[in-house]
Amino acid sequence: MKRLWMGLIGVLWLATGAVGVRAQGDDTAWTCPAGFEGQTLRILSFTQYIGEEVAPRFEELCGVEVEYDSTDSSEAVLLLLRERTAPYDIIVPSGDILERMINEELLHELNLENIPNLTNVSEQFLDPPYDPGNRYSVPYVWGITGVGYNIEAVGEEITSWEQVFDYAGPVAWQDDVRSMIGIALIMLGYDVNTLDEAELAEARDYLIENSDNVVYVAGDDGQVVLEQYVVDIAIEYNGDIVQLAADCECDEFRFAVPQEGSIIYVDNVAVPADSPNPELAEAFIDYLLDPHIGAENINYIAYGTPNQAALDAGLVDEAMLNDPAIYPDDATLATLRFTVDVLEQETAYAEAWSEVLLALGQ
Amino acid sequence: MAQPAGGLWLLWAPILLLVAFSFNDSRRATAEWRGFTTGWYENIFSGVMGSEASFSTEEMLAAVRQSMTVSLLAMGLSAVLGTLVAITLVRHRFPGKSLLDGLLYLPVVIPDIAQGVSLLVFFSFIFNMLESVLGLKWYPGLETVIVGHVAFNISFVAIVVRARLANMNPRLEEAARDLGANEWRTFWRVTYPLLLPGIVAGALLAFTLSLDDFVVTFFAGGGNATTLTIFVYGMVRQTVTPEINAISTLMIGVSMVLILLSFAFQKDR
Repeated sequence: MKRLWMGLIGVLWLATGAVGVRAQGDDTAWTCPAGFEGQTLRILSFTQYIGEEVAPRFEELCGVEVEYDSTDSSEAVLLLLRERTAPYDIIVPSGDILERMINEELLHELNLENIPNLTNVSEQFLDPPYDPGNRYSVPYVWGITGVGYNIEAVGEEITSWEQVFDYAGPVAWQDDVRSMIGIALIMLGYDVNTLDEAELAEARDYLIENSDNVVYVAGDDGQVVLEQYVVDIAIEYNGDIVQLAADCECDEFRFAVPQEGSIIYVDNVAVPADSPNPELAEAFIDYLLDPHIGAENINYIAYGTPNQAALDAGLVDEAMLNDPAIYPDDATLATLRFTVDVLEQETAYAEAWSEVLLALGQ
Repeated sequence: MAQPAGGLWLLWAPILLLVAFSFNDSRRATAEWRGFTTGWYENIFSGVMGSEASFSTEEMLAAVRQSMTVSLLAMGLSAVLGTLVAITLVRHRFPGKSLLDGLLYLPVVIPDIAQGVSLLVFFSFIFNMLESVLGLKWYPGLETVIVGHVAFNISFVAIVVRARLANMNPRLEEAARDLGANEWRTFWRVTYPLLLPGIVAGALLAFTLSLDDFVVTFFAGGGNATTLTIFVYGMVRQTVTPEINAISTLMIGVSMVLILLSFAFQKDR
């Protein structure tokens, strides 16, 4: 039915051309298992969250077609899986949402024999708390919630959350329940995945008490208000600040992970239970974990890669590799916490954060 | 002397900035001015011409094509259906008319998110039923997005056309019929030409609403359609590049040409 429509409409539009192949992924020794010719791999992910040549090369190596669709959040993907309206082979959910998908039996259990390159993944990212034993997912990209700041305006390096909360100038927070409540829980010495309502209430009050300098709660644009000097400090993902710092031809924007610790998040590749081609999806996951492909992918996406083989082979862009905002030292890494699904307390988290927003007058 | 028309420039300023920054030599759409480049347009044209273009450009162009497909079809369908609804409501009496009258405003006032989620649940229910009855598994996609858009566009078209119809002198139609024209002929020779500006205005409104829409598109498509709005909203992990400005500029250019053409077309008559 879709084909028919598209065929009719396609007459109006020019056909798209073939894409040339170049770049370091050319060196890949990865070979596609036989038998996938003519199949279609459907990916639902974020926009431009894959290297330019990664999908076209997979099409060539396996003789398949790749369709790539976009979404704006892992929560939206969860809703689509529940309604069974999206027959995708690959999705890229964050850890806590992935755990809920597992609990609701929405995912295909991976046959790890088809993913020999799993050994390329760094120890640190194997066997995560939200998916013990990697039965349903493989880590794709990771990042940190931390502090982006304008060092000229702030006048000193930021090393502690205290500095952020006590700062006299304008500050932007991130509109993310688990990050913000998580930071408050860390400051209070509690577990970032606490199920205790009294601790949550304390975290809420901590944020409200320390909210005097907050002028903006950023959805996805903390780096924008930082760049435009609306704020001097923004609690943001490292990738957004790194992209800003890399492109601004300036020296004032920095990223720091405060010493008390912060939240680490991992986007994972998983296969929905309804996937039409689960074996092709497993082949694709294996392909992503190839050192050359993984390196090419992460050099484009510009976040952290869990692909240790790509790092060891020296294929990852030097500048990124040496950027402590993307790959902090081991001591800092040790302070980072994973968020996991908080199940029945999810509403309590959401309510606590709503009350903070209400107190902020937003 | 302050002129109210001066306020119009306030509306135009962001669009002019968007156009200017589509020539910005930077990877970030929000960055300060870094120098002039036509590179973003070259990317797009090389993609359109079918020669080598990067994966992300191809994906963006595919999204634009999906957006245009949805908007044009939704515009056409809702223009026809909306006009018919307007005529029925103004010219005819039938049981349940006042109910329909009230329902007409429902899609205008109901929040997008409620519409979107109800469409998702509706389509998922229908397709699951079809699967159990016929054994065929269909999924939502562009077609269901178009249906969803028509569902809310009909109201906008009908409201605009009805306003036009209410101001129309009914004696013109009566005169045509007195002179021996049947209803069909009266409609095409008298009613339709007089309604046309209203229909065009309603259709343009429908087109814009469709092109803009994110929430209904996302849910009605069940995740299987990536229009330009979804493409841009999906950039949560990446920076919006000036390439988006460039494609928006081209779309504004095309819409302006269409509007000028429609003016010229109406002047001729």
